[in-house]
Amino acid sequence: MPAVGNSVARKDGIGKATGAAKYADDITFPGMLFGRTIRSTIPRGRIRSIRFDFDTAGFTIVDYRDVPATNAVDLMAQDQPFLVETEVRHMAEPILLLAHEDREKLNAASVEIDYDEEEPLFDPERSTQVFKSIDIVKGNVSAAIENADVIVEGTYRTGHQEHIYIEPNGVIAVPEDGGITIHGSVQCPFYVIKALRCLLGSAHPNVRVIQTETGGGFGGKEEYPSMIAGHAVMLAIKSGRPVKIIYDRVEDMVATTKRHPAIVRHRTGLTRDGRLVAMDIDVLMDGGAYVTLSPTVLSRGCIHAAGPYRCDDIRIQGRTVFTNTPPNGAFRGFGAPQTEFAVEVHMDRIAEQLGIDPVELRRINALRPGDRTATGQTLRDDCSAHMVLEEAIKRTDFSRKRKEYKGTNRTIGLALFYHGAGFTGAGERNLKSKARLELTPTGVRIATGSTEIGQGTRTMHAQIVTDALGIPYEDVEVAQPDTSKVADSGPTVASRTCMVVGKILEECAHEMKEKLGGLTPAEYYKRSGPFTVERMYEPPDWIQWDDKTYLGDAYATYGWGCDVVELELDPDTYEVRPLKVTAVQEFGRPIHPALARGQIEGGTAQGMGYALLERVVMRNGVMANSTLTNYTIPTTLDMPEMDIVMLENPYPGGPFGAKGLGELPMDGPAPAVVNALRHMGLDIREIPATPELIANCVARA
Amino acid sequence: MRFMLNGAVKEVATHPAARLIDVLREECGLTGTKEGCGEGECGACTVLIDGEPVCSCIIPVAQVADAEVTTVEGLNGEHPLQKLFMDEVGAQCGICTPGMIMAALSLGPAPTLDEVRTALAGNLCRCTGYSAIYRAVMKWRGMTAGDTPGSAVVA
Repeated sequence: MPAVGNSVARKDGIGKATGAAKYADDITFPGMLFGRTIRSTIPRGRIRSIRFDFDTAGFTIVDYRDVPATNAVDLMAQDQPFLVETEVRHMAEPILLLAHEDREKLNAASVEIDYDEEEPLFDPERSTQVFKSIDIVKGNVSAAIENADVIVEGTYRTGHQEHIYIEPNGVIAVPEDGGITIHGSVQCPFYVIKALRCLLGSAHPNVRVIQTETGGGFGGKEEYPSMIAGHAVMLAIKSGRPVKIIYDRVEDMVATTKRHPAIVRHRTGLTRDGRLVAMDIDVLMDGGAYVTLSPTVLSRGCIHAAGPYRCDDIRIQGRTVFTNTPPNGAFRGFGAPQTEFAVEVHMDRIAEQLGIDPVELRRINALRPGDRTATGQTLRDDCSAHMVLEEAIKRTDFSRKRKEYKGTNRTIGLALFYHGAGFTGAGERNLKSKARLELTPTGVRIATGSTEIGQGTRTMHAQIVTDALGIPYEDVEVAQPDTSKVADSGPTVASRTCMVVGKILEECAHEMKEKLGGLTPAEYYKRSGPFTVERMYEPPDWIQWDDKTYLGDAYATYGWGCDVVELELDPDTYEVRPLKVTAVQEFGRPIHPALARGQIEGGTAQGMGYALLERVVMRNGVMANSTLTNYTIPTTLDMPEMDIVMLENPYPGGPFGAKGLGELPMDGPAPAVVNALRHMGLDIREIPATPELIANCVARA
Repeated sequence: MRFMLNGAVKEVATHPAARLIDVLREECGLTGTKEGCGEGECGACTVLIDGEPVCSCIIPVAQVADAEVTTVEGLNGEHPLQKLFMDEVGAQCGICTPGMIMAALSLGPAPTLDEVRTALAGNLCRCTGYSAIYRAVMKWRGMTAGDTPGSAVVA
C-alpha cells in the first residue's frame, strides 16, 4: 500500500496526547532567568525619561544601548527596532527588558516612563505614508467601463483578526559553547537566524535556533518570534544565563501582529446578461507602525482581488499605509481573505442588481483553463473553478434551498474562491530553498527547516519520501528543525511546505534511490556508510514574472474552493447560528486525507470566526478586548456540522500531484456567510457580522 | 498541604493562593497541563478534581486540599482516547489536547453529539474546527462513523 493518499500513522508520536511533547514553556535550564518586556503606554511620542521604582539589585536590565550591532528586526525593511531609542510609534512597543530568577519580583518591578506625546494617526484612509503601492493593469479598464451596460460599485471592509494560537509566543535563549541557542515556538527558524545575525553582528557569530513543539502558528509565529528571540538573546548575553520569555495571553494579543484590516472598493462594468467587462479595484490595507511583511501581504491581496473570474479589462490599485498601531503581519491567507471577501460579496450584489441567480453569474464568469488572470497568467488544466462550483451546488441542493428558505429565518449562501500556492512570482526562484535527506543505519532522515505547527509537516514529508524512495514508512524519520543541522527549506508559510518543500524532498529521494542502486538504506549503510543528498528547488521553467509591471505567472498553481453556508438568524437578538458548512476544495491531491481534511475543517472554523465573531476593538491604537473573554473565537457550540469534499485535479509540478492547501480554506467562509445574510435582505458589506452590525443594518433598512 | 495527585499522596509547601497549574507544572514537574490564557477561558489547563473537569489556572492550590487531582500524566499514556486523538487528527498542534482529553473524560458512556459539544464547550481549539475531536471522542465511546458529525469524500 502506498503511503501517499492514505491516512497513515502520524510521525508526531503520542506525545501531544500524553502531555510529554515539550513546548517552549515546558523547558527549563539550570540558572534560568525569566524575561519581561516593558512597553510603551502611548501610541506616538518621544521618551523623555525612564525611572526605576524598584530595587534593581539582582535584575538584568537591557535597553537599546545594549544592542550589539543593529537595532532593527531584519525583515523586508530594517525599520522596526528591537527596543525603542526615543521615538515611540505605537502602543505596546518594546522599550526595556528586565530579567530576574524570581518571576514574582520580576512582575512586581515598576518602571515609570515619561513621554512627550504627539498626535497619533489611526485612520488608514488619512495616512499619507505609503509602505508599498501596487498597480496591476490588464487591458483598458476606463474604456471598457464606458462601454458597459451596467456599472456596480461598492466598498467592503474587513477588520483585524487575532491568531489565537492556543500556545502564546515564547522562546528561551541559552548561552552555550561560545554561542547562543534559541529554543522557541517559531514557524520560521531561519528567519530568526537572519534577524539575530543583524542584531548581533560579528561579535556573536554562533547562533542556533531549535524549534520546540509549537502550539499553533497561522502566520502569527512567522515574523514576530524574531523580535522575542532578539530580546531573550540580549538578556542572555548581558546576564550570562539562560533567559525564558513567555508572553501571557494579554501581552500576546496586545503586542503581536494581526491580520491587516482592509478597505476594498469595486467599480465593475457588465453586460446586461451578466458578463464581466471591466473590474476597477482599489485595495487599502492598514500596515500599522512598521513595514514587517505588509508589502507581500498587499501583493497577494491585490493578485487575488478580482476573484476567480475572467475579465479582459482589469485594474487593481493597492497600497498599504502607516498608522500608529502595532504592526500587522502574516495571517493564514495573507491578504487574500480580505480581497476575496470583497469580490465575492460584490458578485452577489451584482447578481441582485442584474436580477441574475448568483450561481449563474459565477457560471458565466468563472475562470477556465486557457483563461487569463488579472496578471495575465494563462491558466492550465489544473484550474477547477467550475468543478468546485458545480459540486457544491449539487451536493447542497443549493438552488432548491435558496428558493425554499426565502422569507424565513433560515438562509443559504455561497462563495467561490482560489488561492495561489507558494511564494508569489519570482519568489520561489529567489528563495532557493533546499532540502536534505540523510542515510541512517536504519533508513533515512529528513532534514529541513520546515516546521510542524499542527498541520502535519512531519507526516506528509515522510509519506512523500517513503513512496519516492520505495522503502517502508517506518524507516523514514524526520529531524526536529535545528538550524545547525538542517537545510534551509525556506519559511513554513504560503501553502508551500507540501508543494514546494515536498517536491524537493521527492527529488532528493529519487537521487538517493539511484545512488542506492537497488540496496535498502540499511544494506547500503552497512556496506558503504552514510551519505546525504541535498537539492535546491527548481520552479517550473515556464514561470515568467515581472515585478515592475506585476504581470506574469503569479503562482505556479492555485487551489480552488466553493463554500456553502446555511444559517439561521435569531429575529430578536440578531445572533447568527450557522447550521452547516459545505466546503468543496480542490488542491491537487491530498497526501494524507485525514490531515488534509483537518486543514480544511480548521481553516473553515477560523473563517467562520472571521465572519461572525472575531472583532478586535482598537482603542487609542491598542486592542481593548485583549482577553479570550471578550475576543471570542469559535467554540464547539459555535461551529456547525462541516461537510468536506476534496476534489482531485493533480498539479504536475507538485509531489504526487499535490498543490498547497493550508490557506485556501480561510478565503471562503466569510463571504459565504455574508452572502447568505444578503439573501435575507441584509445589505452587509463588512465583517465580522456581529449582532450589533446586523441590528444597525436592519435599522437602516 | 496535602492532596492526591494521580493516585499518590502529594505534599506541597507552596503558598495556599498559588495557582494549581503552577504547582502542578513547576513544583510537581507535570508539564502536560498547558496554559493558554490564564483566565479560565480556553480550557488548555483542564484537570480533574474529584472527577470534575476544572481549569487549573484559576484554582488556588488550597482548594484541592485533601481532594483527588488527575492530570493527563495520570492516564499513563494508556487511555484509548489518547491514541484516538492522534489517529483521528483530533490533535493538530496538540497544545489544547491534554485539556481536551481531560474534559472529555467527564462524559457518560453513550453521549450524543450535543452532549459532547456541551462537555467540550469550555475548551478552545484553533486548529481543528472540533470535528476531528468529536470523531475521536465518539469512536472512544463506541459510536459508529454514522453518529459522528460531518463527512468527507475524496473524489
